[in-house]
Amino acid sequence: MAPTAKTGFNLQQIREDFPLLSRELRPGVPLVYLDSAATSQKPQVVIDVMSDYYQRMNANIHRGIHQLAEEATAAYENAREKISSFINAPSAQELIFTRNTTESINLVANSWGRTSLEEGDMVLLTEMEHHSNLVPWQLLAEQLSLQLEFIPVTPQGVLDLDVFEALLKKEPKLLAITHMSNVLGTINPLEEILSKARAAGAVTVVDGAQSVPHFPVDLGNLEADFYAFSAHKMVGPTGIGVLYGRRKLLEKMPPFLGGGEMIKRVELRSFKTNDIPHKFEAGTPAIAEVIGFGAAVDYLSQIGMTEVEKQERILTGYALEKLSQISNLHILGPGIEEKGGVISFYIDGIHAHDVAQILDSEGIAVRAGHHCAQPLHTKFDLPATSRASMYFYNTENEIDRLVAGIHKTKAIFD
Amino acid sequence: MEDFYRELIIQRYKTPHFRGELDPNDFSYADDNPACGDHIQIDVRLDEDGVVTEALFSGEGCAISQASADLLLESIIGKSIADIKALGKEDVLDNLGIELGPVRLKCALLPLKVLKAGLYGLGDEEVDR
Repeated sequence: MAPTAKTGFNLQQIREDFPLLSRELRPGVPLVYLDSAATSQKPQVVIDVMSDYYQRMNANIHRGIHQLAEEATAAYENAREKISSFINAPSAQELIFTRNTTESINLVANSWGRTSLEEGDMVLLTEMEHHSNLVPWQLLAEQLSLQLEFIPVTPQGVLDLDVFEALLKKEPKLLAITHMSNVLGTINPLEEILSKARAAGAVTVVDGAQSVPHFPVDLGNLEADFYAFSAHKMVGPTGIGVLYGRRKLLEKMPPFLGGGEMIKRVELRSFKTNDIPHKFEAGTPAIAEVIGFGAAVDYLSQIGMTEVEKQERILTGYALEKLSQISNLHILGPGIEEKGGVISFYIDGIHAHDVAQILDSEGIAVRAGHHCAQPLHTKFDLPATSRASMYFYNTENEIDRLVAGIHKTKAIFD
Repeated sequence: MEDFYRELIIQRYKTPHFRGELDPNDFSYADDNPACGDHIQIDVRLDEDGVVTEALFSGEGCAISQASADLLLESIIGKSIADIKALGKEDVLDNLGIELGPVRLKCALLPLKVLKAGLYGLGDEEVDR
């Protein structure tokens, strides 16, 4: 588990750690960044550790004998250890570096899926999945003639667990599910869901892109077979993500990509694979990004993920209260009890893109569109929504500016 | 900014002059802007000389895409096929009377893309940039 905060939570001090948060977009218009579910901002320490790597240590890892290569390898593997203990994974060898959550899920679909699933097998998904945990399974279903089933989302924006239990009776081979919806903000009761899926004999894949950045995730406790997340949504760099996989599954799986580092021995017509996790890390990896990811995890651990969760809950509660007072504004998803810091909303008669554009003129960054979850928007019969997403570095004052911006938007369209 | 949502755009968004569908028509085409979820269908009637007599759009989207469609159709009534083929990005921006960044430009240009694709009957014609 992530260590708890050593000192009290000092929001002003935290904001000073993130150089971009103090940017004025235009003279007199300070940035209000409410798009952290898309990507978070980065603290100076993450930026520094990456440029320091290039300035002092840059070398390719794992193969070199010289000192730089040894230092770079140690820094890379040290980051793997840190990230592994951050999510309380059973061992760091079960943690594979990928480009991002999307690549992690594609790795599972291509390597585990192709060799473990066959025609007619059922794959269970949910209606709230991001395209990254939907399209890889659609591709595989087409290749292998699999049957895709979906746990429905209720009008309140939570999973229908009665239907889930009924679907389990059809014996799905796989359950692929998000820990937290990037549109509804819904935090799924994963412990219960995974334990039922496991009891029904399904292998479980979790999209943790929105969960690991925002609250403590304990893989020792959850016992997911595969769990994927990205650095860039948790104050780390882009281009680096993680796939945790259960050792006994990873050892049996064929490699995803072939090349250097993933082999033990190569002949002209054959090869022998390397041990995990290296078997799944072909080619020179994103070394600076992995080291930056390690620094990001250190930064979050220093604040404490329990504290991060607490601060976000306070701010989300505040935002929900203020936004719900605005007439003709509708918020998607459940109430604060089941919701993380993601608030998608729409205003009668005003398209989400117009809302985002006018907010932008006030310096407020929100996302507009279907947030890579088009089927969910189709289900709610909405072409697009606006989404304000929060992180521990946001303030109540920024929420007040969002509310003022929405009032201005309504006035323009009145 | 005040310019961006100038009166004309809000007005055409709220009360478009060329909204609807034409059946029968001489061509009809629809396309989406996947980034935004804007959806525009355009139906056109031509006379025997290939001059536009009627044109209507349907679908949904942001104020920019909807106003752009309405103003575009207004501008093509009485125009020949050759005139429409000659239309480009600048004509659309002239209609709207605003400058747009790369993201919102796609909203504004979607109606022209749909119109030209329908005209060429190719389904996939790119608008000149």
